[in-house]
Amino acid sequence: MSAATEPGKTTPLTGAHVALGGRMVAFAGYDMPVQYADGVLKEHLWTRAHCGLFDVSHMGPAFLQLARPSGDPDADHAAVAALLEPLVCGDLKGLKRGQLRYTLLLNAEGGILDDLMVGRAVTDERQGMLQLVVNAGTKDADFALIAAAVGDAAELIRADEGALIAVQGPEAEAVVSAIIPEAAGLSFMTFTPALLDDHRITLSRCGYTGEDGYEILVPAELAVPLWTRLLADGRARPIGLGARDSLRLEAGLPLYGHDLDETVSPIEAALDFAVSKRRLKAEDFPGAARAVGELAGRLTRRRVGLRVLEGAPAREGAEIADGSGAVVGVVTSGGFSPSLGAPIAMGYVPPTLAEPGVALGVIVRGKRQAAEVIQMPFVPHRYRRKA
Amino acid sequence: MRFSKDHEWVEVTDGVATIGITAYAAGQLGDVVFVELPAVGKQVKAGDDLAVVESVKAASDVYAPVSGEVIEANGPVVDSPDTVNASPEHSGWFVKLKLANPAEVDALMDKAAYEQFLQTL
Repeated sequence: MSAATEPGKTTPLTGAHVALGGRMVAFAGYDMPVQYADGVLKEHLWTRAHCGLFDVSHMGPAFLQLARPSGDPDADHAAVAALLEPLVCGDLKGLKRGQLRYTLLLNAEGGILDDLMVGRAVTDERQGMLQLVVNAGTKDADFALIAAAVGDAAELIRADEGALIAVQGPEAEAVVSAIIPEAAGLSFMTFTPALLDDHRITLSRCGYTGEDGYEILVPAELAVPLWTRLLADGRARPIGLGARDSLRLEAGLPLYGHDLDETVSPIEAALDFAVSKRRLKAEDFPGAARAVGELAGRLTRRRVGLRVLEGAPAREGAEIADGSGAVVGVVTSGGFSPSLGAPIAMGYVPPTLAEPGVALGVIVRGKRQAAEVIQMPFVPHRYRRKA
Repeated sequence: MRFSKDHEWVEVTDGVATIGITAYAAGQLGDVVFVELPAVGKQVKAGDDLAVVESVKAASDVYAPVSGEVIEANGPVVDSPDTVNASPEHSGWFVKLKLANPAEVDALMDKAAYEQFLQTL
Protein backbone atom coordinates (compact mmCIF):
# COMPACT_ATOMS: atom_id res chain seq x y z
CA MET A 1 0.00 0.00 0.00
CA SER A 2 3.00 2.27 0.02
CA ALA A 3 5.49 2.77 -2.75
CA ALA A 4 9.02 4.04 -2.39
CA THR A 5 9.25 7.24 -4.37
CA GLU A 6 11.71 10.06 -4.78
CA PRO A 7 11.50 12.43 -1.84
CA GLY A 8 9.31 15.34 -2.86
CA LYS A 9 9.69 19.02 -2.20
CA THR A 10 8.84 20.20 1.27
CA THR A 11 6.86 23.16 2.55
CA PRO A 12 7.70 25.18 5.68
CA LEU A 13 5.10 22.99 7.44
CA THR A 14 6.30 19.51 6.39
CA GLY A 15 7.86 18.80 9.79
CA ALA A 16 4.65 19.90 11.53
CA HIS A 17 2.60 17.47 9.42
CA VAL A 18 4.85 14.53 10.24
CA ALA A 19 4.79 15.45 13.94
CA LEU A 20 0.97 15.49 13.82
CA GLY A 21 0.84 11.98 12.33
CA GLY A 22 0.13 13.16 8.78
CA ARG A 23 0.26 10.40 6.18
CA MET A 24 2.51 11.92 3.55
CA VAL A 25 1.99 11.28 -0.16
CA ALA A 26 3.50 12.67 -3.34
CA PHE A 27 1.35 15.43 -4.82
CA ALA A 28 2.44 17.78 -7.62
CA GLY A 29 6.09 17.20 -6.74
CA TYR A 30 5.60 17.83 -3.01
CA ASP A 31 5.27 15.53 -0.02
CA MET A 32 1.90 16.51 1.38
CA PRO A 33 -0.39 15.09 4.08
CA VAL A 34 -3.32 13.20 2.54
CA GLN A 35 -4.79 12.77 6.02
CA TYR A 36 -3.91 12.92 9.70
CA ALA A 37 -4.84 10.46 12.44
CA ASP A 38 -8.55 11.38 12.30
CA GLY A 39 -8.90 10.20 8.69
CA VAL A 40 -10.64 11.75 5.69
CA LEU A 41 -14.23 11.29 6.86
CA LYS A 42 -13.81 12.90 10.28
CA GLU A 43 -11.58 15.65 8.89
CA HIS A 44 -14.19 16.47 6.27
CA LEU A 45 -17.06 16.64 8.76
CA TRP A 46 -14.96 18.64 11.24
CA THR A 47 -14.33 21.29 8.59
CA ARG A 48 -18.05 21.55 7.78
CA ALA A 49 -18.92 21.86 11.49
CA HIS A 50 -15.96 23.78 12.91
CA CYS A 51 -12.67 24.83 11.35
CA GLY A 52 -10.04 23.02 9.28
CA LEU A 53 -6.41 24.03 8.69
CA PHE A 54 -4.89 23.12 5.35
CA ASP A 55 -1.30 23.55 4.22
CA VAL A 56 -1.62 24.72 0.63
CA SER A 57 1.93 26.03 0.38
CA HIS A 58 2.49 23.82 -2.66
CA MET A 59 0.25 26.16 -4.64
CA GLY A 60 1.62 29.10 -6.56
CA PRO A 61 1.16 32.51 -4.98
CA ALA A 62 2.86 35.31 -6.90
CA PHE A 63 2.72 39.05 -7.52
CA LEU A 64 2.70 40.71 -10.92
CA GLN A 65 4.38 44.10 -10.51
CA LEU A 66 4.33 46.84 -13.13
CA ALA A 67 7.96 47.62 -13.97
CA ARG A 68 7.46 51.36 -14.46
CA PRO A 69 4.46 52.57 -12.44
CA SER A 70 3.30 56.10 -13.23
CA GLY A 71 2.29 56.81 -9.65
CA ASP A 72 -1.34 57.37 -10.70
CA PRO A 73 -3.11 54.54 -8.82
CA ASP A 74 -5.97 53.95 -11.26
CA ALA A 75 -3.75 54.23 -14.32
CA ASP A 76 -1.28 51.78 -12.81
CA HIS A 77 -4.01 49.25 -11.99
CA ALA A 78 -5.40 49.57 -15.52
CA ALA A 79 -1.91 49.06 -16.93
CA VAL A 80 -1.09 45.90 -14.98
CA ALA A 81 -4.59 44.50 -15.57
CA ALA A 82 -4.16 45.13 -19.31
CA LEU A 83 -1.00 43.02 -19.27
CA LEU A 84 -2.70 39.94 -17.76
CA GLU A 85 -6.16 40.22 -19.34
CA PRO A 86 -5.06 38.85 -22.76
CA LEU A 87 -4.35 35.49 -21.08
CA VAL A 88 -7.58 35.10 -19.10
CA CYS A 89 -11.36 35.50 -19.58
CA GLY A 90 -12.02 37.53 -16.44
CA ASP A 91 -12.54 41.25 -15.95
CA LEU A 92 -9.36 42.35 -14.19
CA LYS A 93 -9.59 46.04 -15.06
CA GLY A 94 -12.91 46.22 -13.21
CA LEU A 95 -11.53 44.78 -9.96
CA LYS A 96 -12.00 46.99 -6.92
CA ARG A 97 -9.12 47.51 -4.53
CA GLY A 98 -8.71 44.42 -2.36
CA GLN A 99 -11.11 42.39 -4.47
CA LEU A 100 -10.31 38.80 -5.53
CA ARG A 101 -11.60 37.16 -8.67
CA TYR A 102 -11.60 33.52 -9.79
CA THR A 103 -10.52 33.37 -13.42
CA LEU A 104 -9.16 31.01 -16.05
CA LEU A 105 -5.87 30.99 -17.91
CA LEU A 106 -6.61 30.02 -21.52
CA ASN A 107 -4.71 28.76 -24.54
CA ALA A 108 -5.25 30.07 -28.08
CA GLU A 109 -8.10 27.59 -28.62
CA GLY A 110 -9.87 28.76 -25.50
CA GLY A 111 -8.93 25.62 -23.55
CA ILE A 112 -8.24 25.95 -19.84
CA LEU A 113 -4.55 25.94 -18.87
CA ASP A 114 -5.33 26.62 -15.21
CA ASP A 115 -7.83 28.18 -12.85
CA LEU A 116 -6.51 30.89 -10.58
CA MET A 117 -7.30 33.73 -8.21
CA VAL A 118 -6.35 37.30 -9.08
CA GLY A 119 -6.57 40.19 -6.62
CA ARG A 120 -6.12 43.95 -7.01
CA ALA A 121 -3.77 45.54 -4.49
CA VAL A 122 -5.23 47.60 -1.67
CA THR A 123 -2.94 50.56 -1.07
CA ASP A 124 -2.18 53.55 -3.33
CA GLU A 125 1.51 52.76 -3.66
CA ARG A 126 0.84 49.16 -4.79
CA GLN A 127 -1.77 49.81 -7.46
CA GLY A 128 0.56 48.58 -10.19
CA MET A 129 0.44 45.11 -8.64
CA LEU A 130 -1.84 42.07 -8.88
CA GLN A 131 -1.81 39.13 -6.51
CA LEU A 132 -2.12 35.69 -8.13
CA VAL A 133 -2.57 32.19 -6.77
CA VAL A 134 -2.29 29.35 -9.31
CA ASN A 135 -2.35 25.56 -8.94
CA ALA A 136 0.63 23.54 -7.75
CA GLY A 137 0.89 21.18 -10.70
CA THR A 138 0.73 23.96 -13.27
CA LYS A 139 2.58 26.79 -11.55
CA ASP A 140 5.90 26.59 -13.39
CA ALA A 141 4.19 26.58 -16.79
CA ASP A 142 1.75 29.32 -15.76
CA PHE A 143 4.48 31.60 -14.47
CA ALA A 144 6.60 31.05 -17.59
CA LEU A 145 3.62 31.87 -19.80
CA ILE A 146 2.73 35.00 -17.85
CA ALA A 147 6.33 36.22 -17.64
CA ALA A 148 6.77 35.77 -21.40
CA ALA A 149 3.49 37.57 -22.15
CA VAL A 150 4.21 40.64 -20.01
CA GLY A 151 7.83 40.91 -21.19
CA ASP A 152 9.72 43.76 -19.56
CA ALA A 153 6.56 45.72 -18.81
CA ALA A 154 6.09 43.86 -15.52
CA GLU A 155 7.90 41.49 -13.22
CA LEU A 156 6.40 38.23 -11.95
CA ILE A 157 7.54 37.73 -8.35
CA ARG A 158 6.97 34.20 -7.05
CA ALA A 159 5.96 33.89 -3.39
CA ASP A 160 5.85 30.09 -3.19
CA GLU A 161 8.87 29.79 -0.91
CA GLY A 162 6.65 31.05 1.91
CA ALA A 163 3.62 29.30 3.37
CA LEU A 164 -0.03 29.47 2.36
CA ILE A 165 -2.39 28.27 5.08
CA ALA A 166 -6.09 27.81 4.34
CA VAL A 167 -8.44 28.07 7.32
CA GLN A 168 -11.93 26.91 6.38
CA GLY A 169 -15.24 26.34 8.10
CA PRO A 170 -18.00 28.12 10.01
CA GLU A 171 -15.65 28.85 12.94
CA ALA A 172 -12.80 30.12 10.75
CA GLU A 173 -13.69 33.78 11.37
CA ALA A 174 -13.55 33.35 15.13
CA VAL A 175 -10.31 31.36 15.00
CA VAL A 176 -8.46 33.67 12.62
CA SER A 177 -9.70 37.00 13.99
CA ALA A 178 -8.41 36.05 17.45
CA ILE A 179 -4.92 36.16 15.93
CA ILE A 180 -5.36 38.58 13.03
CA PRO A 181 -8.03 41.17 13.97
CA GLU A 182 -8.44 42.34 10.35
CA ALA A 183 -10.05 38.97 9.53
CA ALA A 184 -13.49 39.85 10.92
CA GLY A 185 -14.00 42.85 8.67
CA LEU A 186 -13.21 41.15 5.37
CA SER A 187 -15.94 40.10 2.96
CA PHE A 188 -15.66 36.83 1.00
CA MET A 189 -13.48 37.31 -2.12
CA THR A 190 -11.54 40.25 -0.70
CA PHE A 191 -8.09 40.45 0.84
CA THR A 192 -5.93 42.80 2.86
CA PRO A 193 -2.32 43.14 3.87
CA ALA A 194 -1.83 42.78 7.61
CA LEU A 195 0.97 42.65 10.14
CA LEU A 196 1.71 39.54 12.18
CA ASP A 197 4.66 39.56 14.58
CA ASP A 198 6.05 42.54 12.65
CA HIS A 199 5.95 40.63 9.37
CA ARG A 200 3.85 41.70 6.43
CA ILE A 201 1.31 38.98 5.55
CA THR A 202 -1.58 38.76 3.08
CA LEU A 203 -4.95 37.70 4.41
CA SER A 204 -7.53 36.63 1.80
CA ARG A 205 -11.11 35.67 2.61
CA CYS A 206 -11.61 32.85 0.15
CA GLY A 207 -11.16 29.12 -0.17
CA TYR A 208 -12.09 26.01 -2.08
CA THR A 209 -14.26 24.01 0.29
CA GLY A 210 -17.62 25.77 -0.05
CA GLU A 211 -17.20 27.12 3.48
CA ASP A 212 -16.35 30.58 4.69
CA GLY A 213 -12.67 30.94 5.42
CA TYR A 214 -9.28 32.43 4.69
CA GLU A 215 -6.02 31.81 2.93
CA ILE A 216 -3.09 33.35 4.77
CA LEU A 217 0.17 33.97 2.89
CA VAL A 218 3.09 34.31 5.31
CA PRO A 219 6.89 34.28 5.08
CA ALA A 220 8.40 30.83 5.73
CA GLU A 221 9.65 31.77 9.21
CA LEU A 222 6.10 32.58 10.34
CA ALA A 223 4.59 29.32 9.06
CA VAL A 224 5.13 27.07 12.08
CA PRO A 225 4.36 29.77 14.69
CA LEU A 226 1.08 30.69 12.93
CA TRP A 227 0.07 27.04 12.34
CA THR A 228 0.78 26.28 16.02
CA ARG A 229 -1.25 29.27 17.24
CA LEU A 230 -4.19 28.36 14.99
CA LEU A 231 -4.10 24.73 16.20
CA ALA A 232 -3.96 25.83 19.83
CA ASP A 233 -7.53 27.05 19.35
CA GLY A 234 -9.45 23.84 20.00
CA ARG A 235 -11.90 24.64 17.19
CA ALA A 236 -9.21 24.17 14.54
CA ARG A 237 -7.83 20.82 13.42
CA PRO A 238 -5.37 19.89 10.65
CA ILE A 239 -7.01 18.58 7.50
CA GLY A 240 -5.29 16.65 4.70
CA LEU A 241 -5.61 16.70 0.94
CA GLY A 242 -8.08 13.80 1.01
CA ALA A 243 -10.74 15.85 2.78
CA ARG A 244 -9.78 18.94 0.79
CA ASP A 245 -10.79 16.96 -2.32
CA SER A 246 -14.08 15.64 -0.91
CA LEU A 247 -14.97 19.13 0.40
CA ARG A 248 -14.41 20.83 -2.96
CA LEU A 249 -16.33 18.04 -4.73
CA GLU A 250 -19.37 18.59 -2.49
CA ALA A 251 -19.04 22.32 -3.19
CA GLY A 252 -19.23 21.59 -6.93
CA LEU A 253 -15.82 23.18 -7.50
CA PRO A 254 -13.77 21.72 -10.36
CA LEU A 255 -10.24 20.43 -9.79
CA TYR A 256 -7.67 21.29 -12.44
CA GLY A 257 -6.18 18.24 -14.16
CA HIS A 258 -9.32 16.25 -13.42
CA ASP A 259 -12.46 18.27 -14.18
CA LEU A 260 -10.60 20.89 -16.22
CA ASP A 261 -7.86 20.52 -18.79
CA GLU A 262 -6.56 22.27 -21.88
CA THR A 263 -9.23 20.74 -24.13
CA VAL A 264 -12.09 22.06 -21.99
CA SER A 265 -13.52 25.57 -22.47
CA PRO A 266 -14.96 27.73 -19.69
CA ILE A 267 -18.49 27.25 -21.06
CA GLU A 268 -18.11 23.48 -21.37
CA ALA A 269 -16.89 23.51 -17.76
CA ALA A 270 -20.06 25.40 -16.72
CA LEU A 271 -17.88 28.24 -15.46
CA ASP A 272 -19.90 30.87 -17.33
CA PHE A 273 -19.70 33.17 -14.30
CA ALA A 274 -15.94 33.38 -14.81
CA VAL A 275 -16.33 34.77 -18.35
CA SER A 276 -16.57 38.56 -18.18
CA LYS A 277 -19.58 40.02 -20.01
CA ARG A 278 -17.49 42.99 -21.13
CA ARG A 279 -14.80 40.74 -22.53
CA LEU A 280 -17.30 38.40 -24.17
CA LYS A 281 -18.86 41.38 -25.95
CA ALA A 282 -15.44 42.61 -27.03
CA GLU A 283 -14.33 39.05 -27.88
CA ASP A 284 -10.91 40.01 -26.57
CA PHE A 285 -9.77 36.84 -24.77
CA PRO A 286 -8.33 33.58 -26.17
CA GLY A 287 -11.11 31.42 -27.58
CA ALA A 288 -13.70 34.21 -27.27
CA ALA A 289 -15.34 33.28 -30.56
CA ARG A 290 -15.62 29.69 -29.32
CA ALA A 291 -17.28 30.90 -26.11
CA VAL A 292 -19.75 33.05 -28.07
CA GLY A 293 -20.64 30.08 -30.26
CA GLU A 294 -20.98 27.74 -27.29
CA LEU A 295 -23.27 30.18 -25.50
CA ALA A 296 -25.36 30.40 -28.70
CA GLY A 297 -25.90 26.64 -28.58
CA ARG A 298 -22.90 25.19 -30.40
CA LEU A 299 -21.90 23.16 -27.37
CA THR A 300 -21.07 19.44 -27.35
CA ARG A 301 -20.55 18.80 -23.65
CA ARG A 302 -21.22 20.42 -20.33
CA ARG A 303 -19.93 19.72 -16.82
CA VAL A 304 -22.72 18.51 -14.53
CA GLY A 305 -23.18 17.19 -11.02
CA LEU A 306 -24.47 13.65 -10.59
CA ARG A 307 -26.09 12.05 -7.61
CA VAL A 308 -25.35 8.32 -7.77
CA LEU A 309 -28.58 6.73 -6.57
CA GLU A 310 -27.37 3.19 -5.88
CA GLY A 311 -24.23 1.16 -5.46
CA ALA A 312 -20.59 2.11 -5.34
CA PRO A 313 -19.07 5.57 -5.74
CA ALA A 314 -18.42 6.38 -9.41
CA ARG A 315 -14.88 7.67 -9.60
CA GLU A 316 -12.82 9.51 -12.20
CA GLY A 317 -12.92 7.64 -15.51
CA ALA A 318 -16.27 5.89 -14.96
CA GLU A 319 -18.48 6.07 -18.06
CA ILE A 320 -21.83 7.88 -18.02
CA ALA A 321 -24.66 6.26 -19.99
CA ASP A 322 -28.05 7.56 -21.13
CA GLY A 323 -31.39 5.78 -20.72
CA SER A 324 -30.72 3.55 -23.75
CA GLY A 325 -27.38 2.42 -22.33
CA ALA A 326 -25.29 4.39 -24.83
CA VAL A 327 -22.15 5.93 -23.36
CA VAL A 328 -22.62 9.71 -23.41
CA GLY A 329 -19.87 10.97 -21.15
CA VAL A 330 -17.33 10.35 -18.45
CA VAL A 331 -16.96 11.07 -14.74
CA THR A 332 -14.09 13.49 -14.06
CA SER A 333 -14.26 13.35 -10.27
CA GLY A 334 -16.39 11.37 -7.96
CA GLY A 335 -16.48 9.77 -4.59
CA PHE A 336 -18.45 9.43 -1.43
CA SER A 337 -19.94 12.61 0.02
CA PRO A 338 -19.48 12.54 3.80
CA SER A 339 -22.06 15.30 4.28
CA LEU A 340 -24.75 13.58 2.23
CA GLY A 341 -23.78 10.01 3.10
CA ALA A 342 -24.06 9.05 -0.57
CA PRO A 343 -21.89 8.92 -3.67
CA ILE A 344 -21.66 12.03 -5.85
CA ALA A 345 -19.73 12.82 -9.00
CA MET A 346 -19.12 15.41 -11.65
CA GLY A 347 -18.58 14.73 -15.30
CA TYR A 348 -19.29 15.81 -18.85
CA VAL A 349 -22.43 14.99 -20.85
CA PRO A 350 -24.09 16.43 -23.97
CA PRO A 351 -25.99 19.65 -23.17
CA THR A 352 -29.34 17.97 -23.92
CA LEU A 353 -28.68 15.70 -20.93
CA ALA A 354 -27.29 18.38 -18.65
CA GLU A 355 -30.51 19.59 -17.03
CA PRO A 356 -31.19 18.77 -13.38
CA GLY A 357 -33.49 15.77 -13.09
CA VAL A 358 -32.21 13.92 -16.17
CA ALA A 359 -31.89 10.22 -15.39
CA LEU A 360 -28.53 8.75 -16.38
CA GLY A 361 -26.39 5.78 -15.40
CA VAL A 362 -22.81 5.41 -14.31
CA ILE A 363 -20.84 2.29 -15.16
CA VAL A 364 -18.82 1.03 -12.20
CA ARG A 365 -16.86 -2.22 -12.60
CA GLY A 366 -19.03 -3.17 -15.56
CA LYS A 367 -22.34 -2.60 -13.80
CA ARG A 368 -24.81 0.17 -14.54
CA GLN A 369 -25.97 2.15 -11.52
CA ALA A 370 -28.76 4.73 -11.61
CA ALA A 371 -27.69 8.36 -11.37
CA GLU A 372 -29.39 11.71 -11.76
CA VAL A 373 -28.18 15.12 -12.86
CA ILE A 374 -28.48 17.53 -9.97
CA GLN A 375 -27.80 21.21 -9.55
CA MET A 376 -24.40 21.94 -8.00
CA PRO A 377 -23.23 22.67 -5.39
CA PHE A 378 -24.17 19.37 -3.77
CA VAL A 379 -23.79 21.04 -0.37
CA PRO A 380 -24.74 24.76 -0.16
CA HIS A 381 -21.94 27.31 -0.11
CA ARG A 382 -21.70 29.27 3.13
CA TYR A 383 -19.53 32.20 2.08
CA ARG A 384 -19.82 35.36 4.19
CA ARG A 385 -20.23 38.40 2.00
CA LYS A 386 -20.43 41.65 3.94
CA ALA A 387 -22.61 44.52 2.77
CA MET B 1 -6.27 -17.20 12.12
CA ARG B 2 -4.02 -17.00 9.05
CA PHE B 3 -3.00 -13.98 7.03
CA SER B 4 -2.11 -13.12 3.43
CA LYS B 5 0.41 -10.59 2.14
CA ASP B 6 -2.57 -8.69 0.71
CA HIS B 7 -3.85 -8.21 4.26
CA GLU B 8 -6.75 -10.63 4.27
CA TRP B 9 -7.35 -12.94 7.22
CA VAL B 10 -8.76 -16.48 7.13
CA GLU B 11 -10.29 -18.43 10.00
CA VAL B 12 -11.19 -22.06 9.28
CA THR B 13 -13.92 -24.03 11.04
CA ASP B 14 -15.04 -27.44 9.70
CA GLY B 15 -13.78 -26.81 6.17
CA VAL B 16 -15.34 -23.35 5.94
CA ALA B 17 -13.09 -20.30 5.76
CA THR B 18 -14.33 -16.99 7.12
CA ILE B 19 -12.47 -14.18 5.36
CA GLY B 20 -12.01 -10.49 6.10
CA ILE B 21 -9.42 -7.75 5.93
CA THR B 22 -6.91 -7.21 8.71
CA ALA B 23 -6.93 -4.39 11.24
CA TYR B 24 -3.83 -3.06 9.51
CA ALA B 25 -5.63 -2.94 6.14
CA ALA B 26 -8.69 -1.29 7.66
CA GLY B 27 -6.44 1.33 9.25
CA GLN B 28 -4.68 2.00 5.97
CA LEU B 29 -7.96 2.35 4.08
CA GLY B 30 -9.47 4.70 6.61
CA ASP B 31 -13.21 5.01 7.01
CA VAL B 32 -14.91 2.39 4.85
CA VAL B 33 -17.99 3.81 3.13
CA PHE B 34 -18.91 1.02 0.71
CA VAL B 35 -18.43 -2.75 0.52
CA GLU B 36 -19.28 -4.96 -2.46
CA LEU B 37 -19.43 -8.70 -1.77
CA PRO B 38 -19.70 -11.63 -4.18
CA ALA B 39 -22.92 -13.59 -4.73
CA VAL B 40 -23.42 -16.80 -2.82
CA GLY B 41 -22.50 -19.72 -5.06
CA LYS B 42 -19.62 -17.95 -6.77
CA GLN B 43 -16.49 -20.07 -7.23
CA VAL B 44 -13.22 -18.27 -6.62
CA LYS B 45 -9.59 -19.27 -6.97
CA ALA B 46 -6.88 -18.00 -4.66
CA GLY B 47 -5.79 -14.59 -5.97
CA ASP B 48 -9.11 -13.80 -7.70
CA ASP B 49 -11.01 -10.61 -6.96
CA LEU B 50 -13.34 -11.41 -4.09
CA ALA B 51 -14.78 -8.11 -2.91
CA VAL B 52 -14.34 -4.36 -3.20
CA VAL B 53 -13.95 -2.02 -0.28
CA GLU B 54 -14.10 1.75 -0.69
CA SER B 55 -13.07 4.65 1.48
CA VAL B 56 -13.99 8.29 0.84
CA LYS B 57 -10.88 8.55 -1.28
CA ALA B 58 -10.39 5.27 -3.14
CA ALA B 59 -11.61 1.81 -4.10
CA SER B 60 -9.49 -1.23 -3.18
CA ASP B 61 -9.84 -4.82 -4.33
CA VAL B 62 -9.96 -7.63 -1.80
CA TYR B 63 -8.48 -10.86 -3.17
CA ALA B 64 -9.47 -14.38 -2.28
CA PRO B 65 -6.60 -15.71 -0.15
CA VAL B 66 -7.80 -19.29 -0.76
CA SER B 67 -9.99 -21.11 -3.30
CA GLY B 68 -13.55 -22.23 -2.78
CA GLU B 69 -17.25 -21.56 -3.13
CA VAL B 70 -18.91 -18.55 -1.51
CA ILE B 71 -21.54 -19.94 0.86
CA GLU B 72 -22.35 -16.78 2.81
CA ALA B 73 -21.81 -13.03 2.45
CA ASN B 74 -21.91 -10.76 5.50
CA GLY B 75 -24.90 -8.52 4.77
CA PRO B 76 -24.40 -6.24 7.81
CA VAL B 77 -21.08 -4.90 6.43
CA VAL B 78 -22.85 -3.93 3.21
CA ASP B 79 -25.52 -2.08 5.17
CA SER B 80 -23.05 -0.63 7.71
CA PRO B 81 -19.62 -0.42 6.08
CA ASP B 82 -18.15 1.22 9.20
CA THR B 83 -18.32 -2.26 10.80
CA VAL B 84 -15.14 -3.00 8.83
CA ASN B 85 -13.30 -0.28 10.78
CA ALA B 86 -14.97 -0.98 14.11
CA SER B 87 -14.32 -4.73 14.08
CA PRO B 88 -12.21 -5.78 11.08
CA GLU B 89 -11.23 -9.19 12.41
CA HIS B 90 -14.57 -10.16 13.99
CA SER B 91 -18.02 -8.84 12.99
CA GLY B 92 -16.51 -7.05 9.97
CA TRP B 93 -15.91 -10.33 8.12
CA PHE B 94 -16.73 -10.39 4.40
CA VAL B 95 -17.54 -13.91 3.21
CA LYS B 96 -17.50 -17.58 4.13
CA LEU B 97 -15.94 -19.96 1.60
CA LYS B 98 -16.29 -23.72 1.43
CA LEU B 99 -12.63 -24.58 0.97
CA ALA B 100 -11.65 -26.27 -2.28
CA ASN B 101 -8.13 -27.00 -1.12
CA PRO B 102 -7.56 -26.79 2.65
CA ALA B 103 -3.79 -27.02 2.11
CA GLU B 104 -3.87 -23.45 0.75
CA VAL B 105 -4.58 -22.23 4.26
CA ASP B 106 -1.34 -23.72 5.56
CA ALA B 107 0.60 -21.68 3.01
CA LEU B 108 -0.63 -18.45 4.60
CA MET B 109 1.19 -16.67 7.43
CA ASP B 110 0.43 -17.23 11.07
CA LYS B 111 -0.05 -14.22 13.35
CA ALA B 112 3.63 -13.94 14.31
CA ALA B 113 4.77 -14.15 10.70
CA TYR B 114 2.17 -11.56 9.62
CA GLU B 115 3.24 -9.15 12.36
CA GLN B 116 6.82 -9.61 11.26
CA PHE B 117 5.74 -8.97 7.66
CA LEU B 118 4.05 -5.70 8.73
CA GLN B 119 7.37 -4.55 10.19
CA THR B 120 8.90 -4.72 6.70
CA LEU B 121 6.31 -2.34 5.18
